[in-house]
Amino acid sequence: MNMKTDRIAAGFEPDLSVSLAGIRLANPTVLASGILGTTKALLKRVAECGAGAVTIKSISLAPRDGHANPTILAFDAGLINAVGYSNPGVEEACREFSGLSDVAAPVFASVIGTHAGEFVEVIGRMEPLGFAAYELPLSCPHTPGYGTMGGQGTPQATLEITKAARSATKKPVFVKISPNMPAIGEIAAAAREGGADAITAVNSLGPGMLIDVETRTPVLGFGMGGVTGPALRPIALRCVYDVFKAVDLPIIGVGGVSTGRHAMEMVMAGATAVGVGSAVHAFGPEVFGRIVGQMRALCLKLGAERLSDLIGAAHKQQGLP
Amino acid sequence: MSDMRQSSWKSGLPFSIRVIEVRDESRSARTLMFRRPESDPDVAASGDAPDFNLSGFVPGQFVMVWIPRLDEKPFTISYLDDRTFGITVLKRGPFTKALHAMNPGDWVGFRGPYGRGFSLSAGGVVVGGGVGMATMATLIDRLDKPKILQGARTADELLFLDRFPGMDISTDDGSKGRRGFVTDALAELISADRPAMVYACGPEPMMARVLQMCRDRCVPCQASLERFMKCGFGVCGQCCCDGRRVCRDGPVFNSDELAGLASFGRFARLKSGSKVGIGAYHGGGKGE
Repeated sequence: MNMKTDRIAAGFEPDLSVSLAGIRLANPTVLASGILGTTKALLKRVAECGAGAVTIKSISLAPRDGHANPTILAFDAGLINAVGYSNPGVEEACREFSGLSDVAAPVFASVIGTHAGEFVEVIGRMEPLGFAAYELPLSCPHTPGYGTMGGQGTPQATLEITKAARSATKKPVFVKISPNMPAIGEIAAAAREGGADAITAVNSLGPGMLIDVETRTPVLGFGMGGVTGPALRPIALRCVYDVFKAVDLPIIGVGGVSTGRHAMEMVMAGATAVGVGSAVHAFGPEVFGRIVGQMRALCLKLGAERLSDLIGAAHKQQGLP
Repeated sequence: MSDMRQSSWKSGLPFSIRVIEVRDESRSARTLMFRRPESDPDVAASGDAPDFNLSGFVPGQFVMVWIPRLDEKPFTISYLDDRTFGITVLKRGPFTKALHAMNPGDWVGFRGPYGRGFSLSAGGVVVGGGVGMATMATLIDRLDKPKILQGARTADELLFLDRFPGMDISTDDGSKGRRGFVTDALAELISADRPAMVYACGPEPMMARVLQMCRDRCVPCQASLERFMKCGFGVCGQCCCDGRRVCRDGPVFNSDELAGLASFGRFARLKSGSKVGIGAYHGGGKGE
């Protein structure tokens, strides 16, 4: 059926825009960190494909080579990666990401460090640039010194690093948390106490492992890596659901979303915005525009004039935990 | 809606295959030959359907070559028949040295093929510089008697002299064929004639000159780019050249696309993602 006719029949054009910690997104899709976020040219392309916001690949103070290849592999139910935070360091990042107004959507900076002071320093160097917000991934499962391997995923470390980052900028700060923690709400609460403006839920799951039978060898260069994509989706949804219950902060729901229906599930679990990453493998950067088109069609079907009215809708059902 | 379901999700894990033969191609290049898993009864007997499958291979595509516990890098397929395939490797860093040290029976992992290969048209000129000639070999196999220009620094770096007789050879030192660059030979050829297509693979400064020449004379061309790769399937952003993903949008680009790439012939990214001049990139800095 013709979509235009649909809208006329429905008598309204669904409003997909959302406000995320005061940042207006034309639609809720966000390019997740670590996918295609290496250059401004790629961010521009993803924004032109329809993303509501884009996130750069994480930047540290000094350049990092990351782990040996293979670093990212597709398996039958998702991606597994141990890239190891390769990045050119904050100095080059400041050159690469200057003039961000060329990008047709808000740009979020993912910032990493081995301790609170490093986060502060990287954020300080990036402050003159046009980033709309900072994201702190305190939850990478496969890089020594960082994320969960650096002890950053505990409530105490989350509080400490978030506080430090909060003091370094007036822009919104998002804290990205791990799906591994059974009490994920406690981490979200610590981030909130530290001054976070939003929670990004979730980072990759695991680490997991794949083994080459012929050579009896783990396949990833680092041996193990974070799991994303379809395998992560139901876990990510439950995490978003739990975080929504635990804290009154907006959530960027990330994990295995590749269709408008998946994105709508995230919104109903409590997400204000929806991260998309691994789906680029299956559908290319064009996946953003397709998800947005499908969400619009779903809003029409559901009679929802504003997508934001559906945030957390699944919590209104009685009898659920 | 059906095309948005998970059926589009493709697994792409490496599959390990034993070296069956080793051939020296030149002073510094060696070919490793392998049995194609699609034609291997042992593979079928174990119930495997490896993700690695060359049945749809298009010349110009690449495969990711994995040496367990060492590293994984992109290579072209230089030999392909119904039963076997080969890669031709120039010895330059630790990874390629490890490939050169391999013997029949040793395991090498493969995933792919990846990327967009050459778009084949009738007639044309093939230009190969250095080990870029390995990329052109399967293309030459599929074209109908193309004119082939090969350039190398010296005679003992030339590839496939017996496999493709009648090539127009240029060497920098004049030790075989004409003395000079392969681009000189191309300039001469396209000033006399206007080929339907020029296909090129070699050092990027060479390809940049080929592009310029072809555009000046309104001859369409395609060139295959090389960048440091990680995922190989278009998600990580490591190999991008401006807004193009070399691994998925390329590695073969046409004249118009190349002309729009400000980094082509000028910049590439190291393993960390640092952007450096193309000379520094090829000067051994690329993580080898």
